[in-house]
Amino acid sequence: MITAPTIEYFQLAPLLVLLGAAVVGVLVEAFAPRYLRRAIHVPLTLLSLVGAFALVILQTIRGVPTSPSAMGAVAVDGPTLFIWGTILVLSFVSVLLINDEEQFVPSAAAVPGSAEEEKAITEGNAHTEVYPLALFAIAGMLLFPASNDLLIMFVALEVMSLPLYLLCGLARRRRLLSQEASVKYFLLGAFSSAFFLYGTALLYGYAGSVDLHAISQALAVANGTDTLLYIGMAMLGVGLLFKIGAAPFQAWKPDVYQGAPTPITALMASGTLVAAFGALLRVFWVALGNLDWNWTPIMWGVAALTMVVGSILAITQTDIKRMLAYSSIAHAGFLLIGVMAVGDAGQNALALSGLLFYLLTYGITTVGAFAIVTLVRDPGGEAWHLSRWAGLGKRSPKLAGLFAFFLLAFAGIPLTSGFFGKYAVFRSAVALGEAWLTGLVVLAVVASAAAAFFYVRVIVLMFFSDPSADGPTVVTPSWATSAVVGFSAFATVALGVFPQPVLDLAEKAAKTLFVQ
Amino acid sequence: MEPVEILSHTGGGVISVAWLMIALPLIGAAILLIGGRATNKWGHFLAVLMSVAAFVVAALAFFQLIGLDPAQRRQSVHLWDFIPGVADIGLLIDPLSIAFCLLITFVGSLIHIYSIGYMSHDPDRRRFFAYLNLFVAAMLLLVLADNYVALFIGWEGVGLASYLLIGFWQYKPSAAVAAKKAFVVNRVGDFGLLVAMFIIFAQFGSLQFAEVFPAAGEASQGVSTAIGLLLLLGACGKSAQLPLQSWLLDAMEGPTPVSALIHAATMVTAGVYLVVRSGSAFFPEGSTAGLVVTIVGVATLLAGAIIGTAKDDIKKGLAGSTMSQIGYMMLAAGIGPAGYAFAIAHLISHGFFKADLFLGAGSVMHAMNDEVDMRRYGGLRKVLPITFVTFFIGYLAIIGFPLLSGYFTKDGIIESVMHHNAILGWLAVVGAGITGFYMTRMVVMTFFGPKRWDEKAHPHESPAVMTWPLIILSVFSIGLGAYLILSNRLMVFLAPAVGRPEELPHFAPFAVTGLATLALVAVGAGLAIVKYGRAEVPVVQPRGSFLTVFARRDLYGDALNEALFMRPGQWLTRFAVFFDNRGIDGVVNGLAAGVGGSSGRLRKIQTGYVRSYALSIFVGAAVLAGAWFVVGTL
Repeated sequence: MITAPTIEYFQLAPLLVLLGAAVVGVLVEAFAPRYLRRAIHVPLTLLSLVGAFALVILQTIRGVPTSPSAMGAVAVDGPTLFIWGTILVLSFVSVLLINDEEQFVPSAAAVPGSAEEEKAITEGNAHTEVYPLALFAIAGMLLFPASNDLLIMFVALEVMSLPLYLLCGLARRRRLLSQEASVKYFLLGAFSSAFFLYGTALLYGYAGSVDLHAISQALAVANGTDTLLYIGMAMLGVGLLFKIGAAPFQAWKPDVYQGAPTPITALMASGTLVAAFGALLRVFWVALGNLDWNWTPIMWGVAALTMVVGSILAITQTDIKRMLAYSSIAHAGFLLIGVMAVGDAGQNALALSGLLFYLLTYGITTVGAFAIVTLVRDPGGEAWHLSRWAGLGKRSPKLAGLFAFFLLAFAGIPLTSGFFGKYAVFRSAVALGEAWLTGLVVLAVVASAAAAFFYVRVIVLMFFSDPSADGPTVVTPSWATSAVVGFSAFATVALGVFPQPVLDLAEKAAKTLFVQ
Repeated sequence: MEPVEILSHTGGGVISVAWLMIALPLIGAAILLIGGRATNKWGHFLAVLMSVAAFVVAALAFFQLIGLDPAQRRQSVHLWDFIPGVADIGLLIDPLSIAFCLLITFVGSLIHIYSIGYMSHDPDRRRFFAYLNLFVAAMLLLVLADNYVALFIGWEGVGLASYLLIGFWQYKPSAAVAAKKAFVVNRVGDFGLLVAMFIIFAQFGSLQFAEVFPAAGEASQGVSTAIGLLLLLGACGKSAQLPLQSWLLDAMEGPTPVSALIHAATMVTAGVYLVVRSGSAFFPEGSTAGLVVTIVGVATLLAGAIIGTAKDDIKKGLAGSTMSQIGYMMLAAGIGPAGYAFAIAHLISHGFFKADLFLGAGSVMHAMNDEVDMRRYGGLRKVLPITFVTFFIGYLAIIGFPLLSGYFTKDGIIESVMHHNAILGWLAVVGAGITGFYMTRMVVMTFFGPKRWDEKAHPHESPAVMTWPLIILSVFSIGLGAYLILSNRLMVFLAPAVGRPEELPHFAPFAVTGLATLALVAVGAGLAIVKYGRAEVPVVQPRGSFLTVFARRDLYGDALNEALFMRPGQWLTRFAVFFDNRGIDGVVNGLAAGVGGSSGRLRKIQTGYVRSYALSIFVGAAVLAGAWFVVGTL
């Protein structure tokens, strides 16, 4: 006799709304006439995101569940709800950018520049699969950090990643670069997924379960084979560190960020990073929390290497998107510091709230920066080469001013949200009072200074160089893109001047920690 | 009597929305700056409205405050946590801050109104009003802050506004240079304030007034003195006190309303505010820091007065006078609770009569095609009757003519200093005599005697929008001093914030010092009338005696700065450049080349081939697994 599993539908509702909308999107793609598809997809996607966000708010108000749902497979707790809210906000603004049809190829199967492609454009036969694909990816992002079970987490990882691999190949301009990015991301992603899965198998061998809580209990008893445990942890770690782009698993990031259509890059650099950090935290804090003496030294090395590699390599970049990719790597290094700042419950809550705040602020600023990248264009597409940005401050002072402001936020200058993000994470690390972690914070501050060099270099280039005669054109932004840039700039200022309300929210979300 | 404890504000009322005072002008500035040309037509009215609205809020908060019990009159309104654990943004509403708010918003509003007329022909009038609003907001933040961090933000904000407004006519090289000079000199003072804040935080673990002031006694003598002297350095920069006075005279390059508002009535008194605010903690009666404050004050009051005697530029003459009057305030602030009330009383009455004098000078300049040389004025009392009468009232107030504002407040300072230290007191009396001389000289050269006008000058009285502020300011210049000083009104009002002497002083009109002061002022004024009223004033500046040249050249202050700081600074930079090229650059370039080179080398790892990326992941995984083993078995 098999009893039906109990599913807490209300707790999973945000996820179900997105998956449902994605399925409807596929049906629309299959049955709706071509000329109607976009008109259906855009409101459907945005409304489902708004609906999911409303459900997250509603759950927060109704009280955060104190035990995992769906038979222990998914954990909807305080941190999850905060991460969900963050991902949904970031996805919403990214989808507004995706809304710009200029960015996506009309017919993914056609050879770049071929007659078929030309025909698809002139007949208005543009494909619109980008919307359901994005929705699937976003649903995966929601499930990934909420999984309370390594197998569910693996499924979420794939639901998140597979649509992204495809989306990376859909850029309208520079098709070959885009397709190359897609294939690279797919191959390396598959490679790292294999590591993740192998690690899951080994940990199952050690603990006899894939449930995070069960693994943690098995560790407390500690009567398994250590070999399985250590290799299992390392493999699992590789899979997760790959997704956040920590060194030495960062190589894909610049290539993929550069080749992917810029709105998709914005989605990956913000939403995926948040989701991957959520999952990383859950695995290392919930399942492997008893073993922190063991994994913190290794994480220390990874964090140090990541911020050094990110900051140093960014210096010689000549491509704006690659530079932002390396900046994202450096930021992943800074964020890893917070993962290591574990101690008693109060200390954990402090570190977690710092991380949640950092992820939110960094994500918002990132989307704004990539939104501006979409606006500076050459005849052949976006102007990525840094030399093309010379003198932009004289031709479009507002745009260049906003971009300079986002760069200062990345650098962590006070009165921007970036300052408080870094401050919150570094403070939690220093509060632990351990010399090895404080030393890493010092290294992080030095790396931030090195990073400030290449941010300021772009500002100098924009404002103190003469514009070239055949410089790029700054297109008039659509209402959606203006809204995204405006929202990002506003949030970056507001969280830099009045950080307290959101810090309080993050603190409240972190106070309960992850459910066991 | 000690200041009362700072309480957290819990009740409602206007005090809980006191932040509107700062927010309204700030919003005005933002609208005018972001709105751009679209706001050209009505922008100045918006700015005036915002300033007046801030005054209304200040007045309502004042009335709420005086309705409270004196022990309840220091209320801290928490707004938000800025840097958690280090600085909150909060406002301190107490008699001291509210007195400043009333002065800033009232005089500020009058000057906003005056500027509508004064700047009517300027193509950039909107930008001017945006900066004025920005200044008002920053100045209010400075005086309302309940901690040193927010105070510092306001302090830098007024510095920024001052820089922008001195250099408002930036196409004039002299204005651009003056703005830069003000900026650089102020940087020295700001450095002092910053280091003082660092020491305070290191010593007390907080920058909140409510936590620092009660704990101030626990610090050692040396630390207290160091904090006091560094705060004084900050105050000297902002308030143009020796040795950081040199920027104020050049700052007169800005439009005249700016000189009146920022460089006479409000911003330059921020140093006095800082000393009085921190007084109970870091400048207690009889302390070394307090003694240094009095010495700086008395030296500046004499230096400013002497500079004022030789200037032919009417605004520079008034600027010297401002320096001198702030010297009086500093002097009083340095002697402790006995002097605070007189310092603030003089500050307030000076705010009115000096704004009156500056705006009067602006009205004269407006009439004379922006001529500032007093040798080209003369006989203007008939063509500019309203300007003349108001200017004359301001003149009587500043020289301390009996029963006008300055008489009560300056005499109060001299009287209280005399009790404290007779030498300083008599020096202050001498300063008053010189004031009588240079102010009389100014009035005689401008309004009396024959016309020495330029041929193209056709002076005319200013429009009502400019004369009404003058009239209002001169009315206050008549009566305000008596109101504040008689029956110790201001001293009793301020006592909860700054403390007061146990025994209230009595105003004695026929004391020796008072009579001596009056006599010296009369002598000074008489000398000026003989020299400039009876004798003919040459249109071209005569070569002058050694002493005149000494005063004309600002007591060689600039020459001293150049010889002591600028030239050695240039030598130092030249040496540094030399050393830098040979020594440091080797290291730095090596380091940069090292970073750049390693960046270049590391970049080669980024081959673009998936196979090498996969290999790096694989190697990384192997290293990680190995490391886990090593750590696990340790």
